[in-house]
Amino acid sequence: MDLLKRFARDRAAFIGLSLLALLVLAALFAPLLAPFPNDVFDFHIGNRLQPPSGTALFGTDRMGSDIFSRLLFGARITLMLAGIAVGSALIIGVPIGLVAGYYQNWVSDALMRIAEIFLAVPQIVLAIAIAQTLGPSIENVILALSLTYWPFWARLVYAETRSMRNEVFVESAVALGASPWRVIVLHILPNIASPIIVRTSIGMGATILTAATLGFLGLGAPPPTPEWGRMIAESREFLPEAWWYALAPGVAIFLTVLGFNLFGDGLRDILDPRTRRSV
Amino acid sequence: MNSLLDIQALSLGFRTEKGIAKVLDRIDLSVRPGEIVGLVGESGCGKSTLARAILGTLPEGQTEINSGHIRLDGVDMLRGNKEAEHLRGRVVTFVPQDPFASFNPLFRIGTQIQDLMRFKAPRDGSGRFGRSRKADEASAIAMLDAVQLPQPKAILNKYPHQLSGGQRQRVMIAMALLPQPRMIIADEPTTALDVTVQAQILGLLRRLAVERGVSVLFTTHDLGAAWEICDRIVVMYAGQTAEIAPREQFFADPRHPYTRMLLESLPSPGRDPVGIPGGVPSPLKAPDGCRFHPRCPRATEICHESRPALMTGADGHAIACHHPWLAKAEAAHV
Amino acid sequence: MSEGSNPAILEVDNLARHFPVRGFLNRQVGSLRALDNVSFAVEPGEILGIVGESGCGKSTLGKTLMGIHEPSEGEVRMMGERIASPGQKRAARIRARLQYVYQDPGASLDPRWTLRRSLHEPLIIHTDWPREKREEKVREIVKAVGLPVEHLDLYPHEISGGQQRRVGLARILVLGPELVIFDEPTSGLDVSVQATVLRLFRDLKSEFDLTYLFISHDLAVVQSICDRVIVMYLGRIVEIGRTAEVFASPRHPYTQALLSAAPRIGGPRVTENFSLQGEPPDPSNVPSGCRFRTRCPHALPDCAEVDPKLEYEDSHGVACLHWRELKA
Repeated sequence: MDLLKRFARDRAAFIGLSLLALLVLAALFAPLLAPFPNDVFDFHIGNRLQPPSGTALFGTDRMGSDIFSRLLFGARITLMLAGIAVGSALIIGVPIGLVAGYYQNWVSDALMRIAEIFLAVPQIVLAIAIAQTLGPSIENVILALSLTYWPFWARLVYAETRSMRNEVFVESAVALGASPWRVIVLHILPNIASPIIVRTSIGMGATILTAATLGFLGLGAPPPTPEWGRMIAESREFLPEAWWYALAPGVAIFLTVLGFNLFGDGLRDILDPRTRRSV
Repeated sequence: MNSLLDIQALSLGFRTEKGIAKVLDRIDLSVRPGEIVGLVGESGCGKSTLARAILGTLPEGQTEINSGHIRLDGVDMLRGNKEAEHLRGRVVTFVPQDPFASFNPLFRIGTQIQDLMRFKAPRDGSGRFGRSRKADEASAIAMLDAVQLPQPKAILNKYPHQLSGGQRQRVMIAMALLPQPRMIIADEPTTALDVTVQAQILGLLRRLAVERGVSVLFTTHDLGAAWEICDRIVVMYAGQTAEIAPREQFFADPRHPYTRMLLESLPSPGRDPVGIPGGVPSPLKAPDGCRFHPRCPRATEICHESRPALMTGADGHAIACHHPWLAKAEAAHV
Repeated sequence: MSEGSNPAILEVDNLARHFPVRGFLNRQVGSLRALDNVSFAVEPGEILGIVGESGCGKSTLGKTLMGIHEPSEGEVRMMGERIASPGQKRAARIRARLQYVYQDPGASLDPRWTLRRSLHEPLIIHTDWPREKREEKVREIVKAVGLPVEHLDLYPHEISGGQQRRVGLARILVLGPELVIFDEPTSGLDVSVQATVLRLFRDLKSEFDLTYLFISHDLAVVQSICDRVIVMYLGRIVEIGRTAEVFASPRHPYTQALLSAAPRIGGPRVTENFSLQGEPPDPSNVPSGCRFRTRCPHALPDCAEVDPKLEYEDSHGVACLHWRELKA
């Protein structure tokens, strides 16, 4: 397809795409790829804190589990976490933004003020507060993340909808007698889809970072869940001797976020209206 | 040869993703001192590019000059860098189409005029460095008065958005005249204005130019405006010069098929205006020979093979066509 | 008003449209009187031109008639039925009968929709026709505007500007309107393209039996295509009548100035002796009495007190207290 060809030409975007592909493969085939799949739960105290070797590619952790295997399973958690969090934020934020942007009345103002109140507090602080209150668990992390993320989408979509609202073809659809529902769903939404899609990719990266932070602070999943942020937290007391312990999950997070960012940038270039073809 | 502006065989292209866009193809044009020349053509004819070439505002990295020269008062404007820079804004000034976009919205009119005068206006020997603010301000006010702006002092204190379109254009004309140029390039200066304001501005421009002996190169797609203020008219089509003639002759006795069809497409009461079939070719895929031949009712093989040269007759009427109209009796528009 | 036998297709009665001017803390500090006391009738089958300069209200008039704006006062009737008045929502079926064409009809096409989809849309909204019937109608209209049927699968950016314009017009025609309002349809067009577009309008009018309201600032175009013309200044109608007559013997001083400002190729230079000074005043600050009096070379004291009404003589209306004395 034309889009893929153009994607391939953009080297950075291609790297991004490859990194993401790696992530997805790791998550999907973790049980098959991991040399010690049971190390997610099992521990072998005798084998603890071993440096990287032929058997354990990234060494072992404080419980003696193979870090590489745990990393692969952690990829699942990472993807699921980010996916659901960003997904819910979109489901809440996008419709709010559309409605607020289309109807320029007191309701829109009220909705945007609420969003802005949320946005006034740094997302991480708010997320910590929520997670702390609700207790450490994956579900609560997801909840905290989506609750603090929807206002961003609402505001973005609001701005895009407002400017799209004044486009001639939208006005002309209204003049034709199309209902607001029709105009929003069939005209406005498809035309503002590209900025949303691009930001989603980048947003995944940011969310993963925030989730890792929460995990690092101990607010995420309880042990022995192989969540990357928690793994870094665990490694702290064993640094700098067991350098592999922190490096592996750290690099994993880094590459994942980099992948999403590069991919998002690549998307932005492709979906640029000037070079855009029918999508 | 005493032309102030002398353009000969100018060919120019832009490098784009899809190849070279040959925007100008051997353009010949001259403007004598004190003359008002109209550069007429429709979108895509290259008149704006030509204006920018003279003013030196073409994108450097993408422009390819294939041949020809632009000489203003003897100075090569395309390649004579330092000398050409000296002339720009002093000997040749610019009145743009959209005055609002040419003003900095953050600064008052007075400040912007002052900046202009500091760098471009001729020194009058007063004050330090041959220039004094008071003298400058007096000149500015005198000029704003000359362009018929009421309360010039108040205007100096205003911001661009506080003026109307007509007022802004008058200020632009004033700014174009302050450096005491020998030539003004006006790029569609009245296109965005109402008819009554246009009449005022055109009258003003012509009067001031004639009074001060300033030449004007006036680009437009409005033939009525060209009739009003030009002495000579140059018609361009798709980057080529089609016809050059003194004003009255041009309208009474057009000889190039394009010019004829153009005049015939002007709306007139009781007559159905006739358009020109087809469209202006893209400079990326310009036809060979005479670029008008695909749409010309008089085209033959030779029109496709070779580009007609611009030939000037004894009456000053120049035409680039293999089959021009010659009979005066078939005048299209009077 | 409307002449004898033919009932007017559209009647505009004392239409006014004001926009609030907001100041500090969003309070209303004034009113932008874009339209005031506008009354006229449109005869079936005619092309009625509306001319005027910036701020005269012609665009607002078009949009109010179309239903994009709501009137602040007065009403509009179509074939006797009231279709617009303060507080009234435009009924869907009226929208089908009264269509509005933007300056660039091509811009009314959603860039992400195929042309076919854009053309089916009006029918989807307004009728419950099955797909085959819609497709048939769309093909018929597409042929009528001179486009190949194969283009229906393309997107707007894949066809030329001129073709986009035709598709935009087709979209209007697919519903079979009776009255079409054009807002500056030739503005910004090259003269040769303009001629083609005007011819297209003429052809479509006779093929589909339409009535046109033609808003333009281009006097030459209006003179060549319109049967009757309305001249507006600062929200009011100052003159109305048959085009030939208004252009040959304008009665209102503004019309006279407007016509004298237009260059006449082959004639004497108009700019040398053009006398009208200044620019139209701000519509949020209209002069008392006759709105043109601040620039009128013939203004008398009573012009500041009385806002003249349209006075008709031989179907040629003019809103000026002293027009009879001014007749040369």
